[in-house]
Amino acid sequence: MSQLRIENLRGIGFGPVDLSLAGSECLCLSGPSGAGKSRLLRAIADLDPHEGQLALDGISSAAVSPTDWRRRVGLLPAESGWWSERVADHFPGTAPGEAFERLGFAADILEQAVEHLSSGERQRLALLRLLANRPQALLLDEPTANLDPANTERVEALLAETCRRGAILLWVSHDLNQIARVADQHWVMKNGRVHPADQGQAA
Amino acid sequence: MIQLSAIDLALAATLVLGLAGLSLRVHRDLSRQIVIAALRTTVQLLLVGLILKALFQYAEFPWILLMASIMVLAAGREVMSRQERRFAGWWGFGVGTVSMFLSSFSVTLFALHAIIQTTPWYEPQYAIPLLGMLLGNTMNGIAIAMDRLTQGVWLRRREIEAQIMLGHSAVSAMRSQRYDAVRSGMIPIINAMAAAGIVSLPGMMTGQILAGAPPVEAVKYQILIMFLIAVGTGLGTLAAVWAGSRRLFDGRQRLRLDRLSTPNPR
Repeated sequence: MSQLRIENLRGIGFGPVDLSLAGSECLCLSGPSGAGKSRLLRAIADLDPHEGQLALDGISSAAVSPTDWRRRVGLLPAESGWWSERVADHFPGTAPGEAFERLGFAADILEQAVEHLSSGERQRLALLRLLANRPQALLLDEPTANLDPANTERVEALLAETCRRGAILLWVSHDLNQIARVADQHWVMKNGRVHPADQGQAA
Repeated sequence: MIQLSAIDLALAATLVLGLAGLSLRVHRDLSRQIVIAALRTTVQLLLVGLILKALFQYAEFPWILLMASIMVLAAGREVMSRQERRFAGWWGFGVGTVSMFLSSFSVTLFALHAIIQTTPWYEPQYAIPLLGMLLGNTMNGIAIAMDRLTQGVWLRRREIEAQIMLGHSAVSAMRSQRYDAVRSGMIPIINAMAAAGIVSLPGMMTGQILAGAPPVEAVKYQILIMFLIAVGTGLGTLAAVWAGSRRLFDGRQRLRLDRLSTPNPR
């Protein structure tokens, strides 16, 4: 079973943060904007300089190459970046499989131009792009923010299944109903610190 | 060669003043800039003329080295001041200056030792103009390439980081930015080589012909200079873009835009 340990993690605008997440577990993080949630996720993916310890299955992030770490601990940012014009260029060696279908994409989606996609389509494709890496831990920054209810449901179902298969989910959400649906634990981030939601202040 | 008198130069200066007057109608700042630039050209070139005269008389190595160092440092400052987003701290000056130093000096030394074979090798009549032409062009190439690199990475930070997040290496995430920067730095000299003789008569060759040199001799020198400039600019641009792209990432391959300064307000 995978385990992600975050100890005494500090970066610009947040910390110290201590969290321990296990495989097949979904931890939801809510909190006011500016509380440091996105910065925390970026630090866990080792995208920003930080202090403190990160370890996956007992192996420190410092002992793993940064590219390997990010393949195992994958971040889905609130706004995705696309470095090529065609969707297919972002999915090297991938045929549109079952996961594409489950998120409501037709078979020709890979031939489309990124420019012509809606923000919701981009968000769902960015999730598929990340899942293609088969990360052990997923850091999700509001993965359903731009989605209609039907697509939100599709994304939640796909992520729930990914979680059941052993992945660790750290899911930032502002939607308390969604948190109630998907979370095993609910934590709140405020002024750069995290604490369990049932300790007084809710989101 | 027909010598120019002060009156001849004054006549040309009235043309520049006329241009400045005309530019007043566009913007006061523009005409001010024209006048200041023209004054700078006059003063700087007269000074350098006097210095070169003295340098040719006392062709001693330490003085030539001093002159060359001042030229490199001035060019480095110029490269830095042309950056919209430069590297913060020492790197802002260092990346351009070191690349320029490495490429211009090595190409000049090669030309003096292996091609022109002057005695002594640092003969200032050859060494200084050669270095000057190399520096001037390398400076342009590096300034354009660095500006393009830092600006391009800033604008495309989301695309670059998207690749980093998915576990791509910094080298691979930067591929198109590096290519863009190197290409922009080298395009002026590539264009100059392609258009030379058809669209434009290069300045050095024109100067030699005006001074009475046989055209074919002047052309041979011009070809040599073009090649040297191309190599110098190319090497300098490659070095600067290589060092710059490395500086944009840290040891954990994180994009470090905090290492760039914010642009100067206009």
